[in-house]
Amino acid sequence: MIEVTNLNVIFRNGGSAMHAVRGVSLDVAKGETFGIVGESGSGKSTILRAIAGLVASTSDAMVINGHEAGPKRNRDERRFMQCVFQDPYGSLHPRQTVDATLREPLIIHKIADKDAKIEKALSDVGLSPQHRFRYPHQLSGGQRQRVAIARALILSPPILLLDEPTSALDVSIQAEILNLLARLRKSYSLTSILVSHDLAVVAHLCSRIAVMQFGRLVELINAQDLRTGHVRETYTQELISASKGFTRNKKI
Amino acid sequence: MSDSLLEVQNLNVSFPGRGGITHAVRNASFELGRERLGIVGESGSGKSTMGRALLGLLPQTAIINAQKMNFSGVDLLNCTEAGWQSLRGRRMSMVMQDPKYSLNPVMTVGHQIGETCKLQLGSNAADAKRRSLAMLEAVKIRNPDRVFDLYPHQLSGGMGQRVMIAMMLVAEPDLLIADEPTSALDVTVQNEVLRILDDLVRDRGMGLIFISHNLTVVSSFCDRILVMYGGKIMEECKASELHNAKHPYTRALIAAAPSLDQLRAELATVKRDPEWLK
Repeated sequence: MIEVTNLNVIFRNGGSAMHAVRGVSLDVAKGETFGIVGESGSGKSTILRAIAGLVASTSDAMVINGHEAGPKRNRDERRFMQCVFQDPYGSLHPRQTVDATLREPLIIHKIADKDAKIEKALSDVGLSPQHRFRYPHQLSGGQRQRVAIARALILSPPILLLDEPTSALDVSIQAEILNLLARLRKSYSLTSILVSHDLAVVAHLCSRIAVMQFGRLVELINAQDLRTGHVRETYTQELISASKGFTRNKKI
Repeated sequence: MSDSLLEVQNLNVSFPGRGGITHAVRNASFELGRERLGIVGESGSGKSTMGRALLGLLPQTAIINAQKMNFSGVDLLNCTEAGWQSLRGRRMSMVMQDPKYSLNPVMTVGHQIGETCKLQLGSNAADAKRRSLAMLEAVKIRNPDRVFDLYPHQLSGGMGQRVMIAMMLVAEPDLLIADEPTSALDVTVQNEVLRILDDLVRDRGMGLIFISHNLTVVSSFCDRILVMYGGKIMEECKASELHNAKHPYTRALIAAAPSLDQLRAELATVKRDPEWLK
């Protein structure tokens, strides 16, 4: 579904250049949920943005659903993949109601039957019709993230790009959103890429996981390896042991 | 633990607003010795409000009442502004969540830590610099001389948080309240910062209140845990016994978190019972 070979992203700023992604290759099969983990600044979100066409990148090949993707995504390609970002407060327009937020993609892509689509999208993400004419500030964090997911799904895209969709949420709300994503993935047979710094979240949703450090893909593992700790690289081991909590130094 | 540092009985904090009174903390009672006490809960559970109440940092509009709020012999309920000034910094201080917003952006790191020394310890310029450098070293900053002259925007998140900790600890308080000190940091950096806090608490015999929403971190780092929901303390337990927690809310929180150790087909969601708040 998604095939990327030797992806490079360089941010130039005046005379200096920041090599954010260095020669990353990955392929995601249809219906798979692919995870990318790493610390801040490891380039994990940048890969996602490069695939979505939000940052300029160079690569030997970037094939999305059998078509070579150019430097810019055209309207059909954009309809094909939709993003959900980390911060539900930042990704919704504060002066637009939920209805307007969900209507916009339908207008852009000239899709008919808007009202029915909006109602369906709301019920898909577990919001009731009474939320339709509310503003983002009248919703809780979890509800806002549901609206962001509804906006991504309203175009029924086969590919969903998730950039830390639950890191701004409480554990209890996170559980609801993760369950929702798992359910939607099944009913819409979505292919998705999930970027997160939380190993447990990634292990919960994804089958294969790429570990990133300093813009390089350090290791490609599957969820089973992540649980059992059968990983090759010391960096991955460090990440796993660090996310299992604090270990106290033995008193000398 | 040995001697009681802080004693709180029936603390209530409420905020009057247009839509009525919001009860942020309800009837919270606990005691703190020279130990690491963790406070966990979701957003809006009142954990930060409680931390701020202990330091007298709540806005004027907040209504605070309690039967007892004692900090090593000082009655915090009837504390005057001057009284608070003499406590804050020297006796107790607070590490905030985000170093980006909590450090002064137009003062160098050395200047900020030195200011604390001058105000709290009456140090002169040379002494303040010596203490600041020593403190930066204590929080494991590799090149204290260089960092001393940097501005906060030149620091990474982990370094900024260490600078915050250095600033709060340079006056050697008896009680440190850490409000989500590691939530903005990467897991690997988080553990380094925790280790620094851990060493300092142990070596200096401080009391630490560690506020966090992360159950894994709190259960592995603290001695004792208070679980808060809707401003009430739901349960108090030993950190090592958290997995045996009895209260349905605590159990639900544990079950809702995805785990690396075991595969869960579907995550349990937290069902809230209004009875808990009665």
